[in-house]
Amino acid sequence: MTPARKAALSRAALTIIGWGVALWVFFPILWMAMTGFKSEIDAVSTPPKFFFHPTLASYHEVFERANYWHFAINSIVISVLGTIVALLFSVPCAYAMAFSPTKRTRGTLLWMLSTKMLPPVGVLVPIYILARNAGLLDTRTGLVIVYVLMNLPITVWMLFTFFKEVPREILEAGRMDGATRLGEVWHVLLPLSLPGVASTALLSLILSWNESFWSLNLTSSNAAPLPSFIASFSSPEGLFFGKLSAASTLAVAPILVFGWLSQKQLVRGLTFGAVK
Amino acid sequence: MPRTSRFKSSLRCALLACAGLLPLSAAHAAGTLTIATVNNGDMVIMQKLSSEFEKQHPDIHLKWVVLEENVLRQRVTTDIATKAGQFDVLTIGNYEVPLWAKQKWLAPVKPDAAYDVDDLLPTVRKDLTVDGALYALPFYAESDMTYYRKDLFTKAGITMPAHPTYAQLAEYADKITDKTNQVYGICLRGKPGWGENMAFLTATVHAFGGQWFDASWKPTLDTPEWKAALTWYVDVMKKDGPPGAASNGFNENLALFASGHCGIWVDSTVAGGLLFDPKQSQVADKVGFTAAPSGTFANAPSWLWIWSLAIPASSKNVDDATTFITWATSKAYVDLVAKSNGWVAAPAGTRNSTYANPDYQKAAPFAGFVRDAIEHSNPDGQTKAPRAYTGAQFADIPQFQAIGTQVGQSVAALLTTSQTVDSMLSSSDRAVTRVMRQSGLLH
Amino acid sequence: MSASTLAAPAPPRQSARRRGTLALVGPSVLILAAWATVPLIMTLWYSFQNYNLVDPTQHGFAKFDNYTYLLSDPDFWSSLANTAFLVIGVLVITVGFGTLLAVLYDQAFPGRSIARVLVISPFFIMPTVAALLWKNLMLHPIYGVYSNMMRMVGLTPIDWMSHYPLFTLTLIVSWEWLPFAVLILLTAIQSLDGEQKEAARMDGAGPVARFFYIIIPHLRRAITVVVMIETIFLLTVFAEITVTTAGGPGVATTNLAFLIYSRALLQFDVGGGSAGGVIAIIIANIVAAFLVRSVARNLET
Repeated sequence: MTPARKAALSRAALTIIGWGVALWVFFPILWMAMTGFKSEIDAVSTPPKFFFHPTLASYHEVFERANYWHFAINSIVISVLGTIVALLFSVPCAYAMAFSPTKRTRGTLLWMLSTKMLPPVGVLVPIYILARNAGLLDTRTGLVIVYVLMNLPITVWMLFTFFKEVPREILEAGRMDGATRLGEVWHVLLPLSLPGVASTALLSLILSWNESFWSLNLTSSNAAPLPSFIASFSSPEGLFFGKLSAASTLAVAPILVFGWLSQKQLVRGLTFGAVK
Repeated sequence: MPRTSRFKSSLRCALLACAGLLPLSAAHAAGTLTIATVNNGDMVIMQKLSSEFEKQHPDIHLKWVVLEENVLRQRVTTDIATKAGQFDVLTIGNYEVPLWAKQKWLAPVKPDAAYDVDDLLPTVRKDLTVDGALYALPFYAESDMTYYRKDLFTKAGITMPAHPTYAQLAEYADKITDKTNQVYGICLRGKPGWGENMAFLTATVHAFGGQWFDASWKPTLDTPEWKAALTWYVDVMKKDGPPGAASNGFNENLALFASGHCGIWVDSTVAGGLLFDPKQSQVADKVGFTAAPSGTFANAPSWLWIWSLAIPASSKNVDDATTFITWATSKAYVDLVAKSNGWVAAPAGTRNSTYANPDYQKAAPFAGFVRDAIEHSNPDGQTKAPRAYTGAQFADIPQFQAIGTQVGQSVAALLTTSQTVDSMLSSSDRAVTRVMRQSGLLH
Repeated sequence: MSASTLAAPAPPRQSARRRGTLALVGPSVLILAAWATVPLIMTLWYSFQNYNLVDPTQHGFAKFDNYTYLLSDPDFWSSLANTAFLVIGVLVITVGFGTLLAVLYDQAFPGRSIARVLVISPFFIMPTVAALLWKNLMLHPIYGVYSNMMRMVGLTPIDWMSHYPLFTLTLIVSWEWLPFAVLILLTAIQSLDGEQKEAARMDGAGPVARFFYIIIPHLRRAITVVVMIETIFLLTVFAEITVTTAGGPGVATTNLAFLIYSRALLQFDVGGGSAGGVIAIIIANIVAAFLVRSVARNLET
């Protein structure tokens, strides 16, 4: 076999494997999206139908039963605000940890991460009572606070790894010019580590969007985000695969599309920090 | 102490920073009702038709929290037990109503004369009444019955008797099972939970002459009656049940039966309205029904479950909430459902007037049967040996949720592992004894 | 840091800076401390109380009853084992396949960028949706696509959730986390110097040798990151369990988080659930200490 032929063959094999694996991993999501456009009877037919008469019946039913936009707007508002507030807390924290480390910095960082290892279910009753007393049940504010606290360890840690990559000399040069600490962060540090900050924000956004324990338990109607929307379509009476798929597709579509659009950003940011 | 005060002020700043970004939305606006309900078919219809209610009562605005049963129950219980007052209308069953009324968690309901309380089926009304006061209004009620596929029975040359026994059902199930075509002889609840597999099994154990506790609250799981009931259940499910039976609850079995995968199904009478509806069932013209099976103890307490609407004592809108729940359980509401979804979808098991309606009788061939089953249900009836609790498919004590959850999981494991009924029952008996000791009921 | 540098009096500017640092780190630490300690104290208090949500007649000091009750429960020990199995199983699968896929998607082939996007998609899916999707549409023994495919080739479909519950759960969670591993590891591989790879090839190193001697050592740091982040999330896997198996059959898929949920919110024994919560907190701290010792060392630059 000539080397050129060998190279072409291995390229073809690579293409097939690369696409095969990708489609196999993605298949469940594709199937969900397809099932949302089937009638309930088609959705459970055996053998499964790859070609079918598409219908919007399930979507009609879902929109009739629940105000999708109400849930979606809550999801957007809560995860965006939660991310912004988390960054407001974690940027200064990570900055100080990265540039003025003390003996306790590493311990503090790991302690922060350990707070994320506690199962939320263990503290639901205390948190519920605290939220009740503070009047934060079923408010977006309540969920934003919880999400900030939930994501803070991760955002601080990620930003810490990104900031550490910024050479101290650049910051110190800025300081000689008489920049204040705020100026130092705003004019020097953030522009330099922008990709890292962006991927931190993206991750925080994704984690907030997908959180489903606190969102179900601390809200009822006013502030309920998309996980509550899903909970009203899981295992109801009768045939439900079509409606469930339609509702699920609606709940994940915004973040999925957003993720697709921003994945380059995510990768670029990550290259910058911890995993280099 | 400066340290703590700094800590506190930082915390306050942190909270204020968050709060400042968002207007604090008030939990309740005046005239707004938050209704917590299950995502069952009848409730979904209620939610759709509620725009009619808002038209009639423009000053009352409705907000819906529709969740699947387990999630809803956990949400509602946490809320009412911590007196957080998130909901104005709760959807609960006749298990909760008496227990919660005793805790003074529910507001008594006083419907007006037009509501015609006397039209409610007496057994249903009685189960929602505590110390002479009504604490919830019945949305729909159910007993249990046996559904079967007439076509499969004809093909196998068997006829379903009017009062089958458990042994007969096992025999028939075996005859009609056709696994190559994915027709499974019998579908029964296998999903663990006090309201799922343990509801069916509690009724079964009662029919086999067993019970949860004796007259002094001593658990009696380690007895021949329990063993007989569970052995019957495990054998028939392993031999003729569908795959994945341990995760099939009422809804999953309904879907299986409606898509033609089950030969026999013993479950709530409310499934009739869905199985006979050609829009929701592929076997609408092939469904037959008969009485729930009987065991060795003929007069066992019979199944009664009432999905009802109640108002938490913590609600700030008791009057509006009363207006809503009387509307949703009224005669006019039944007519409204009939007009929009057909009589077959009308809420069943609550009102004499529904059953007296010739249109309903025509649309729902099971109507008379269901009415009979509910009118003669005796959840408070006696088991073979004296018992300390009431209830047919549950034991009406707060601890039953804990007990039913634990034992339900062990029963589900019987279906998927090689564990024996004996060892499961003796370990469950110990577990239940622990819970009962802790509760102080058992000394 | 030596004792003498610590003992030496800091120049005034330095101490002002130190205070500034405290002001910057302080808010995050304080709110997290509040978040971690206030519920902790309440949980600790409840764990010594008889507190049943649905039965207020049970109340008062319980001594160590909730703890002895929990520790003498065989389910508790199996839940610890299940937690460990789930964490380790998912880590092995995601890091193993993640590395292979990262190498695969580092190669050039037509449509690579689209294939990459498809592979990382599951990361954006809500855990609840992922679990519903796998349970109902994929693995349902009657309607599931995979069951149907098996039937089409003449096999009997596997009843995944009943017969291999913990393994199946591990696979579902791995599906959710595989993209994360691929993303991190791929990024790391891409930062590997092209010249380094080229030099190895010139030296006559085959693809296998290159994988083990160049790529794997280079990925050590990235793998550490994946292990650390995933461990944090995997210790508290909950939504997937509630949706698919509800901890069963029996207690086959009950991890510590679900056990606590079952005690506190299905059985409404808040005292018992709180005792479980306190134990979970102790375990979290042990794992964190372990991370400090073994894993975090790799993160030092």
